[in-house]
Amino acid sequence: MVNRGDVKQKDKQMSNLVYKYMRPEHLPHIWCPGCGNGIIMRDVAQAIENLGLSRNNTIIVSGIGCSSRAAGYLDFNTIHTTHGRAIAFATGIKLANPSLEVIVIAGDGDISAIGGNHLIHAARRNIGITVVVMNNNIYGMTGGQYSPTTPKGAFGTTAPYGNLDRPFDIAGLAYGAGASFAARGSAYHVQQTINIIQEGIHHSGFSLIDVASVCPTYYGRKNKSGSAVDMLKWQRDNMIPAEKAAKMEPSELKGKLVLGILHQVQYKEFTYAYDQLIKRLYEEREANE
Amino acid sequence: MTTSKKLIINSAWCKGCGICVAFCPKGALELKDEKVQRKEDTECVLCGMCELRCPDYAIYIEEKDDEEARNQWVMSY
Repeated sequence: MVNRGDVKQKDKQMSNLVYKYMRPEHLPHIWCPGCGNGIIMRDVAQAIENLGLSRNNTIIVSGIGCSSRAAGYLDFNTIHTTHGRAIAFATGIKLANPSLEVIVIAGDGDISAIGGNHLIHAARRNIGITVVVMNNNIYGMTGGQYSPTTPKGAFGTTAPYGNLDRPFDIAGLAYGAGASFAARGSAYHVQQTINIIQEGIHHSGFSLIDVASVCPTYYGRKNKSGSAVDMLKWQRDNMIPAEKAAKMEPSELKGKLVLGILHQVQYKEFTYAYDQLIKRLYEEREANE
Repeated sequence: MTTSKKLIINSAWCKGCGICVAFCPKGALELKDEKVQRKEDTECVLCGMCELRCPDYAIYIEEKDDEEARNQWVMSY
C-alpha cells in the first residue's frame, strides 16, 4: 500500500515513527512555529503504534481547518471531507465495514460549531469511532475569529472587546449527549495524552478525546499569552489530573482544566446492535416462511 | 542486543519555536539563527523529551543496533 517514492529515511532525517506513519514527501507541515497540532498528531501516531493497529485497517477522517491537515500528513487510508462533516463521513465508513478502526481528527470549531449536530448525534448513537479534537480555542486557519471554545472575555479578531459568550466544554458536551467515553488531554502532557488516545481507540463505543492545543499565532498574540512555550507552561501549571480533581471543590477548579478520562461506561455499540437487528429479522423471516 | 542512541537534529524542518529548548531537563539545547542546536559544554542524557514535544519532528533520538558497542560489550567480559 505504501508508496514512498524516492524519499528515503536516511536522506530526510526523521524518526522511525515519522517515517512509518507519516507521508515524508508532505513534511515539514504548514502549521505555524510552536503549533500544538504537530505534537498531537505525533501522539495519535504513537498511540496507533503502541496498539499495533494495521495501516490498512485504520481510517483517518478529517474536516476543514488547521487540525484537519493531519489527514494529509498521516499515512493511512485517509479522507479529507467537507467542513464539519468528518463524523458524518466516519459514520458511513464504520457502518459500511465495522471491522475498520475509524479515527476522526478535527478542530474545535469544526466539531462543535459547524459539525455540532453530527457530534451530539454520533455520541447519542454510540457508534464505535474515535474523535480526537485539537482544541486551540480559536479559528486559526481563517484568521483568528472566536470559536465556540474561546473563553469568556478572551479576544479574537471578531471579538476585539472580548468574547461575550461562555465557552463549550467539548468533553462535557459529548458526555451530556451520551458518549460512552469522554476524556481530555493536552499538548504539554504527551505521555498521558498518548495513553488516553490508546484507551479511546480501544474503547468499543463512541469515544471523544478533547486535546488542548496551543495557537501562538492567533490566540496567543490576541490574548497576550506569550509564546508557544509560555502557553505550554500554562497547560503544565493549570491542568489537574482527574483523580485529584475529584477530591477538589468546584471553586478550586475555576480557571483550571481537568486532565484524564472524565467519563467511561459501556453501552451497546451501534454497528453491533445494527448487525444483531439484521440477524433477528432474517431469522424471523425464515421462521415465517 | 546492544543499541546505541544518538540525538539527531534536522535543521531543515526546525521552525525555531524553542519548545525543545525550554523543556530540555538538562538545558542542553539552544537556538541560534532561529534553529535549534546543541549547547556547548552541556550534557545530553538522551531522555527524548525534545522528541516528544517537537511539533515539527525536527529533533529525535535515533536508536540503532550498534556493532561497535556490541563488540565492546563482548570484549569487557
